[in-house]
Amino acid sequence: MIASFIQRAVVQGIPLLFGSTGEIITEKSGNLNLGIPGIMYVGGISGVIGAFMYERSLADPSAMNPFLAVIIPLLTCVLGSLCMGLIYSLLTVTLRANQNVTGLALTTFGTGFGNFFGGSLIKLVKSDMPSISLTATSNCFRTTLPFANKFGPVGQVLFSYSFLAYVAIVLALITSYVLGRTRVGLHLRAVGENPATADAAGINVNRYKYVATCLGSVIAGLGGLYYVMDYANGVWSNDGFGDRGWLAIALVIFAIWRPNLSILGSILFGGLFIIYNYIPNLGMSDQELFKMLPYVVTIIVLIIISIRESRETQPPAHLGISYFREER
Amino acid sequence: MSKKKHEPKFHIAKRDALDWWKSWLIRICAVAAALIVCALVTVVLTGENPIGVYVKMFEGAFGTKRRIWSLVQNIAMLLCVSLAVTPAFKMRFWNIGAEGQVLAGGLATAACMILFGNKLPSVALYALMIITSCLAGAVWAVIPAFFRANWKTNETLFTLMMNYIAIQLVSYFTYIWSVPKGSGQIGVINQSTRSGWMPSLGGYDYLLNILVVAGLTVFMFVYLRSSKQGYEISVVGESENTARYVGIDVKKVIIRTMLLSGAICGIAGLLLVSGTDHTITRDTAAGRGFTAIMVSWLAKFNPLYMVLTSFLIVFLQKGAIEISTTFGLNSSFSDILTGIIIFFIIGSEFFINYTIKVHNSKKGEKES
Repeated sequence: MIASFIQRAVVQGIPLLFGSTGEIITEKSGNLNLGIPGIMYVGGISGVIGAFMYERSLADPSAMNPFLAVIIPLLTCVLGSLCMGLIYSLLTVTLRANQNVTGLALTTFGTGFGNFFGGSLIKLVKSDMPSISLTATSNCFRTTLPFANKFGPVGQVLFSYSFLAYVAIVLALITSYVLGRTRVGLHLRAVGENPATADAAGINVNRYKYVATCLGSVIAGLGGLYYVMDYANGVWSNDGFGDRGWLAIALVIFAIWRPNLSILGSILFGGLFIIYNYIPNLGMSDQELFKMLPYVVTIIVLIIISIRESRETQPPAHLGISYFREER
Repeated sequence: MSKKKHEPKFHIAKRDALDWWKSWLIRICAVAAALIVCALVTVVLTGENPIGVYVKMFEGAFGTKRRIWSLVQNIAMLLCVSLAVTPAFKMRFWNIGAEGQVLAGGLATAACMILFGNKLPSVALYALMIITSCLAGAVWAVIPAFFRANWKTNETLFTLMMNYIAIQLVSYFTYIWSVPKGSGQIGVINQSTRSGWMPSLGGYDYLLNILVVAGLTVFMFVYLRSSKQGYEISVVGESENTARYVGIDVKKVIIRTMLLSGAICGIAGLLLVSGTDHTITRDTAAGRGFTAIMVSWLAKFNPLYMVLTSFLIVFLQKGAIEISTTFGLNSSFSDILTGIIIFFIIGSEFFINYTIKVHNSKKGEKES
């Protein structure tokens, strides 16, 4: 029971972990990318489109090459979310547009893009399938370690996930290391804290912002792919991804901009997301109150860190502000 | 470029204020370019010719009398939320929680209609609905404002989270009040008695909504432009330090402005629940809280221009829905078009505010 709860919490948490790792990298460069929910949709649907095209090109789904079945959706997903990151960076860094407005527009666009192609892909390619169901591709994504079942509950909690889940955790650890322990990370943080100083120190502010935002978008997009291929078994349903993108942004605050903390945070959020299933005698209405928990917890964290004013836990000082060299 | 000296070929400088007609020309060009891109996207996806696409869109928006009413009603609702968020933005308070504030107002209205409908005399019921919806919206807005004013808590993230708390609260109450029990849907409230429904003026259901929003538009225009409080808002927006220096109580201005912003959001909720849908769901605000931010920003926080920008966005939505039903595509098509238009307008602002100076390499001297 507890093992299955933890396992389900992790599965729920992994998309959030991808999203928040991506957003942390982006925010460390001073860009508050509110387009993450849209980017995750685009990442998911781009992967679906890639997989759909691949499955369609095959006469017999069982003849599928597992390597191609994984790599094609991965590439299309990366490409889709990279484009979104580029749009955001072009508008906010090069054209110095307002970050909040750009981000929200990106979310509108991305969510619309996902739902539109999710709802119309079949019609557009004149396929006779009733709905988008990529079971074969999903099975390739969901291949788990063969020895997972041998260890009982421990195996279930630790080894029962598909490779993308481990990718998410490894990415978070690498990000944490790079941000905290390397020169690149130091420069990136300098850009987010005070771009003018970073610029004076010879750091190419715009390049750092571009690379961080695009990389962040790609990582966040993988979260969308994980959701469709693993969690939803390759079945795309419109608005199925729901508000997870915003939850990922909440997780950034909860983890006080530290990717290693967001690993634990994502599991906790995943647990809070599904805890209502595990509390006995809960009415339908009370379940809705329980779904509030992740957001309430985030607000409490936000308030506490702002009152405590400890320097380690603050958001990057220039978060949300475009940098223009001549404007000091 | 010489080998010794590395000199960029161009640099970007901030412009002085551009002539108003030039800046509008740039914006109109941006909208035109965006519409062309939208048409291209539509043509690729549907195979219809571009002119046919826009004819379809016009039909979708203006085709029948009913559609025109629905268009104007939708413009009014989007405009109402945009008006609400504007004073906060002028103060550089990023209130992206309008969605939640509208829902809070709507929930209060629905509560009054369900609990007191058919019990109170209608004048008292309307008064109660107006007061509670304003209050609910204002409370939802003032919580983040309080923390922002006192401890500089990040308001963008705070208001964002408040949205989802409001959404879940609405879900909670839709289960509590659901008809039939347990269905999770409230359905039309007081359908037979119409108690608490906004009265229809001269037989037009939405006319009162539209008049209220028109009044609010004028009020907001005058408030921001000519009142002392409006002036204080712009000073705080330009620089909090300056405001403090000239003796403006910044905390008070932040809280007062957010109270106003939230109260107008509450009215939007009232108009949606009592004047339009006669029910409440999680989707009552329908993303207007987010779209309103773009409407307000595109109009440079000027309430009169907002009429234009909200028209543009609602027109696109209605038109795109018509296209998607004609071709059997998903209705989210409108979001894609809205996104494209906004990207273009956001991008065009750069050319209004900045100028690109190309360096003449023969001169070899740097402009500063």
